[in-house]
Amino acid sequence: MTSPSPSPTGGVVLHRALGLTDDEAAAITSLLGREPNHLELAMYAVMWSEHCSYKSSRVHLGRLPTEGEQVLVGPGENAGVIDAGGGMAVALRIESHNHPSAIEPYQGAATGVGGILRDIFTMGARPIAIMDPLRFGPLDDARSRWIASGVIAGISGYGNSVGVPTVGGEVVFDACYADNPLVNVLCCGVLPADRLVLGAATGVGNLAVLLGSATGRDGIGGVSVLASAGFSDDAAAEEAKRPNVQVGDPFEEKRLIEACLELLDAKLVVGIQDLGGAGLTCATSETASRGGVGMDVSVADVPQRETGMEAWEVLTSESQERMLAIVTPASLDRVLEVCGRWEVRAAVVGKVTDTGRLRILTSFDADADVLADVPASTLHEDAPKYHRPLARPAWLDELAAADPAALAAPDDCGADLLSLLVDPAWVYRQYDHQLFLNTVVAPGGDAALLRLAAPGVRGPLDPAGGGFEGAADAIALSTDGNARWCALDPRAGTIAVVAESALNLACVGARPVALVNCLNFGNPEHPEVMWQLSEAIDGMSEACVALGIPVIGGNVSLYNESRGRDIDPTPVVGTLGLVDRLERRPPPPALSAGSRIVMIAPAAAIAGGSLGGSLAGSLWADKVRGHRGGVLPPVDLDTHGRLLAMVADLVGAGIPAGVHDVSEGGIGLALAEMAVAGRTGCQVSGIADHVALFGEGPSRVLVALPASEASGGAQILADLVARADAAGLAVVELGAAGGDRIVVEGLLDVSVEEAGFASTSVLDDALGLGGGAA
Amino acid sequence: MTARVGVVLFPGTNCEHDVAAAVDALGGSASLVWHGASSLGDVDAVVLPGGFAHGDYLRPGAIARFSPVMEAVSSFAAAGGPVVGICNGFQVLAEAHLLPGALQKNAGLSFVCDTVDLVVASSASVLTAGVPVGTALRIPINHFEGNYTCDPATLEQLRAEDRIVLRYRRNPNGSVDDIAGIANQAGNVVGLMPHPERACDPLLGSDDGRVLLGALLASAGARVGA
Repeated sequence: MTSPSPSPTGGVVLHRALGLTDDEAAAITSLLGREPNHLELAMYAVMWSEHCSYKSSRVHLGRLPTEGEQVLVGPGENAGVIDAGGGMAVALRIESHNHPSAIEPYQGAATGVGGILRDIFTMGARPIAIMDPLRFGPLDDARSRWIASGVIAGISGYGNSVGVPTVGGEVVFDACYADNPLVNVLCCGVLPADRLVLGAATGVGNLAVLLGSATGRDGIGGVSVLASAGFSDDAAAEEAKRPNVQVGDPFEEKRLIEACLELLDAKLVVGIQDLGGAGLTCATSETASRGGVGMDVSVADVPQRETGMEAWEVLTSESQERMLAIVTPASLDRVLEVCGRWEVRAAVVGKVTDTGRLRILTSFDADADVLADVPASTLHEDAPKYHRPLARPAWLDELAAADPAALAAPDDCGADLLSLLVDPAWVYRQYDHQLFLNTVVAPGGDAALLRLAAPGVRGPLDPAGGGFEGAADAIALSTDGNARWCALDPRAGTIAVVAESALNLACVGARPVALVNCLNFGNPEHPEVMWQLSEAIDGMSEACVALGIPVIGGNVSLYNESRGRDIDPTPVVGTLGLVDRLERRPPPPALSAGSRIVMIAPAAAIAGGSLGGSLAGSLWADKVRGHRGGVLPPVDLDTHGRLLAMVADLVGAGIPAGVHDVSEGGIGLALAEMAVAGRTGCQVSGIADHVALFGEGPSRVLVALPASEASGGAQILADLVARADAAGLAVVELGAAGGDRIVVEGLLDVSVEEAGFASTSVLDDALGLGGGAA
Repeated sequence: MTARVGVVLFPGTNCEHDVAAAVDALGGSASLVWHGASSLGDVDAVVLPGGFAHGDYLRPGAIARFSPVMEAVSSFAAAGGPVVGICNGFQVLAEAHLLPGALQKNAGLSFVCDTVDLVVASSASVLTAGVPVGTALRIPINHFEGNYTCDPATLEQLRAEDRIVLRYRRNPNGSVDDIAGIANQAGNVVGLMPHPERACDPLLGSDDGRVLLGALLASAGARVGA
């Protein structure tokens, strides 16, 4: 064998083209004790990219609470895993595919789905649910509409075909995302706890088998060139990045899922890792590094989609639908047999060694050339950690001083209300949200509620099957973010986002057990952005500690900017809740005729005249008055924790006829959404003005209670008031449900039908064929 | 006697576990049949479940009709055995010419996942035997290519021979004559776009699908007894 030789061009200029700084290149030389060659430089460039190494955020992420009684696997693995009792476990992960989706919306979103699925089944879990928090530019902008349509079609096209239901998410339109959409995707999987596998290579002499698609030239350098840089003004330059976006094949992924789960079930692999960002370089170096071993990789043995591919292309390609399984030589034949049946390509491309070094060879022949030879752990663990400068943005004081209470009152609260309604059904009707017979609460509810079951683990209609006695009956999932709040105060805004997400879970009867985050921020080289990130992490930490929710994984997406403007800080959280016993469907976020409408809220917050609402960072102030300022109302996390327990108990006991949290758009929008969902109007009083009507504030829930004498309405209310009192909460009686108009005394009177039409036509008119639902 | 139902699994099929779970919950006994098999084994009925057989590449069902198992399915159908194609399974049956007509893209040109109102239009099929015409059912749909079409003569024949099994109350996809499901002349081969297996548990919002799958199991059971 020959040794790796320094590259002829010396890498001096090359490293910059690959996205490495001069200091980083020097660090590589010092780690190796020599100049890296081309291939080695390319490998470090992808592994040390912001996307893979979290080099700007790592020093802050350590402040998040990651431990809890039910945490089986925390951050750092492919997915976090929670113990759901009875030998069942739940895997959870969230990712971003923002930059690819900006360039090529359909494939960017599709491959985002594919990638997150692999992260989940890599752990041995059967993926059972996808959620998509999506943020686009405004609907009146043609490019934003093109991006939104493409992203939604990509999720639908890939997710439906690959056979994993998409059970919820968000869809938000805001000018700050015009050229840089946020396409986040969360996946949840179910596994018997004893099938848990980690992405580590062990056992010298074991084989690394590459499963799935052949490797092509798609997605080369996706993590470095695309995901770790901002967008420029130069349309031609952005267009030229299109080849950096990978292309997905859901049919390949479907067969890969089935083959891998069968391999894991039969205990034929000792470790497994998906190939995502940074491709084969990432999968080989991470498995070797985690297992404390080395690996020899043969380029010639990697199935290639086209001829003439260079080694660096093979090693950094982000071709989709590939997995790397570590298997013993004795199990190889059975592995190949299982893969053959599922028509999944399998090739031995690596061998586990005891050297701790990742060596890239031309082939496994004795006279092969060594193309690269680096310590595996240096790729995975030795990326620089940056303490980037932080600076509180100068503009924040001005924003805080801009008090939205001074805004002119609406001429017509009813018209304003209609303008704020957006029904996301146009989006989620395009997603299969029912597969696997688990979906108890479908998209459109406050949180998705799914039976805790999965093919091959526990049958959906056979709760006693599989022998998981004592496991939770159901899981709840919610994804939440609010850039308007976080722009005013990233710390308080993030606290409010976490609080709201947990409250969404409570509204379907679940208690929160874990959180994953997708931290979407601007350019980390801007000190203001790093300050926002740091503040958001502190806020998330504070809320999670207070509410007892461990953070079991996350993703940081930086450089979300275009034309020099950073996006508003957008930490998105995905929360997981458990329901121990699910005996009935939870109450819908809807009114039903004859019920009493009350709001449960912190006693201290509603003492003022605005029922705990503030227009600071509110939907109304922004959409109607174009105003984004003010000081966010604080969240009392102790009281909030008591509210969560109380609402989950109430829902579990099956008492309310309807439950809906009060969020964006305040009490007014929450009431209207419940009226439209229940096709029932309401007569409400005691809302003083537009601030109380549209104001936003934490820890508030609308509840429709049985009111009639026959249903014990008076007793139900008395019990609720007593329970609330003991928890420092108040029950505010707002009115009664019935009729076909939404009436708020002194403020508005609109028909339910009109509200329904306003709500459903927004997205259909802008993105669909128009003219109402098909 | 327990009706044995073979659930055909093509690569890319994704509703096989759901159908099997529903069959088992209704007292039948489901087994998966791999698409490469040349025999169905001992079964009293066959279901081709939903999904994306062979990735729906080329056209839904276009490749699946050539899977080896389809010869066995055809023979079983020719012998009078109950065969039901749900969603993608309907598309496969149409491509295999076990049922007339074709499923084209939805009129709205987008995928639709929703729960819809159906009306039983004929009791002369293995899926609706004993279910009165006019019975209203709430069952989910989940498809991009569910827009049933056929030539006027075929439509006339379907009507005349009482082979339109299910209709939509409010057409979600542009299907001719609001057709949601049809049968062959003998009534033993049925294709439908709605997913009855997704409506077998009140916890999920509807258990109307039990009416259809229950009728299928009864049809299969009657055959066992014969």
